Amino acid sequence: MRFRSILIAAAASSVLATPALAHRMWLLPSTSTLASTNEYVTVDAAVSNDLFYPDHVAMDPAQVSVWAPDGTEGKVENPSKGRHRGTFDVALNKAGTWKIGMERTGVMGTFKVGAEEWRVGGRGRPQGPGAPGGPGAPAGAGAPPAAPAGTPARPPMRMVPTVADIPANATDIKLTESVTRNFVYVTAGAPTKVALTGKGLEFDPITHPDELVSDEEGSFRFLIDGKPAAGVKITVVPGGKKYREAEDAQELTTGADGTVKIKWPVAGWYWLNASAEDAKPSDKKASARRMAFTTTLEVVAP
Amino acid sequence: MTRTKILPALPLLAAGTIATPALAASVTVTVPQIKVAEYHRPYVAGWVEPAAGGNARTIFVWYDLKKRGNEPGTKWLADLRTWWRKGGRSLNLPADGLSGATRAPGSYTVAIPANLPKGDYVLKVEAARETGGRELVSVPFTVGGKGGSASGKTELGTVTVR
Repeated sequence: MRFRSILIAAAASSVLATPALAHRMWLLPSTSTLASTNEYVTVDAAVSNDLFYPDHVAMDPAQVSVWAPDGTEGKVENPSKGRHRGTFDVALNKAGTWKIGMERTGVMGTFKVGAEEWRVGGRGRPQGPGAPGGPGAPAGAGAPPAAPAGTPARPPMRMVPTVADIPANATDIKLTESVTRNFVYVTAGAPTKVALTGKGLEFDPITHPDELVSDEEGSFRFLIDGKPAAGVKITVVPGGKKYREAEDAQELTTGADGTVKIKWPVAGWYWLNASAEDAKPSDKKASARRMAFTTTLEVVAP
Repeated sequence: MTRTKILPALPLLAAGTIATPALAASVTVTVPQIKVAEYHRPYVAGWVEPAAGGNARTIFVWYDLKKRGNEPGTKWLADLRTWWRKGGRSLNLPADGLSGATRAPGSYTVAIPANLPKGDYVLKVEAARETGGRELVSVPFTVGGKGGSASGKTELGTVTVR
C-alpha cells in the first residue's frame, strides 16, 4: 500500500511539479530494435531522480502489460522487484512493434463535511467513514488515539481512500480524474504502427519511435480522445545526466495539429513526458481530467 | 599502411588517374587488419542509394551465416544500424546473391547490379565489429560515368567503385 501511494504521488508530481523536482517514472528496454523474432528484451522499471539511474524506488513488474504487434496480449517473464529497480523480460516472438507498459487511472480531490476539508486518495493514512473521526461520525465523537508520552499528538488525517467513501452529507466536492500512461516501443524486424484506443491522451508518432536518428528531427503527434491535441506540454530529457553539467531538458508544446518536432542534441536514450488537462473526465463525479503520457526513446548515431 | 591515413580526396584523385573509362560496375572493399587482443571479423553491408534520394538497394551483406542457437548470426545484423533501417530489416535472410560469410582482412570485389538505371548514386558500406567499432563510408558514383573512392578511419579501409 505504501509503495502504491508513492507511485501515485510520483504520477501526480510528474503532472504538477516543475520537471526539475519530479521523481520520474521510467521503463528502459535493453534495446529498441531487434533483428529477429527469436529474441528477448529485458526491461528495467523504476521511479528515480535522474534518468536512467535507479536511485529511488522500484516499479513493480506486476503492473506491466505487453501488447504484441497484432494486438494480442504478450507475457511478462522473469519478473523481479529489487530495492531500486524492477526488471522483467519479454519474448518478442512476432514481427513488428510491441508496446510494453502500463496505464493507471485514479480520482483524487477534496470535499467538505461541515467546515472541515477532506481529501480523497493520495498520500497518507486513509480513515474510513464512520471510524472515529471519520466524516460520517458525529462531530467530536472520537478523539485521536492517545499518543505515547513525549510525542506531540498528530491531528486526525482527514482523508478517505476512494470516491465511494465520500459520505452523503459531503459538500463542495472537487474531484480530478488522472490518467497516467507509460509505454515503450520495441520492434522485431520492420516497424509497424501501434493501434490507438481513441481515449485520453495518446502518442501517435509520425516518425516511428524505433527509427530515431540523432541527425534527424523526430516528429510526433499527440491526440486527446482521438483528435489532434494542441498545447500539450512536452518535456524531453536525455539520460546520463551524471556525465554532463546540466539536465538539458527541452520544454516544448504541440502545435495546432497536435504535433511536436524534437531535435536530439546527442544520440542516446531519451525520456519523453507529455501532459494535458481538460474538463472531460470519464468519471461523472470528477470535474477535471489530468492526462500524462511517458515513453523512453532510443536515438542512435547516424 | 598509409591507407588509413589518406584523406578522402586523395584516393579520388588517384582513382581518376588510374581508371580507364569507368563503368561503375563493381565495388572493392578493404577489410583492414586491426591489431587488437580480441578480433572478430566485421559484419559488413553495402548498398546503393540514388543520389537524389530513393530506395536503397542492398548489394551485399557479410555476416556469420552459419551461427545458430540462442544467438544466431542474424541477431547482430541490427548493429549495422543504418543498413538495417535502410532495408536490411525488410530482407528475407539469408538473401540469395546478397548474403555471404564474414571476410578476413583483405580486399574484396563485388559486382554492382547491371540493371541499375544510368544516373548518380551513392554507394554506402557499413561495418560493425563485435567488441569493436562501427563505421559508415559513402562513395558517390555515376552509373555509366565515373567511379569514386573513399576510406574509413578504423573499421573500413578503402572503398572503391570502378
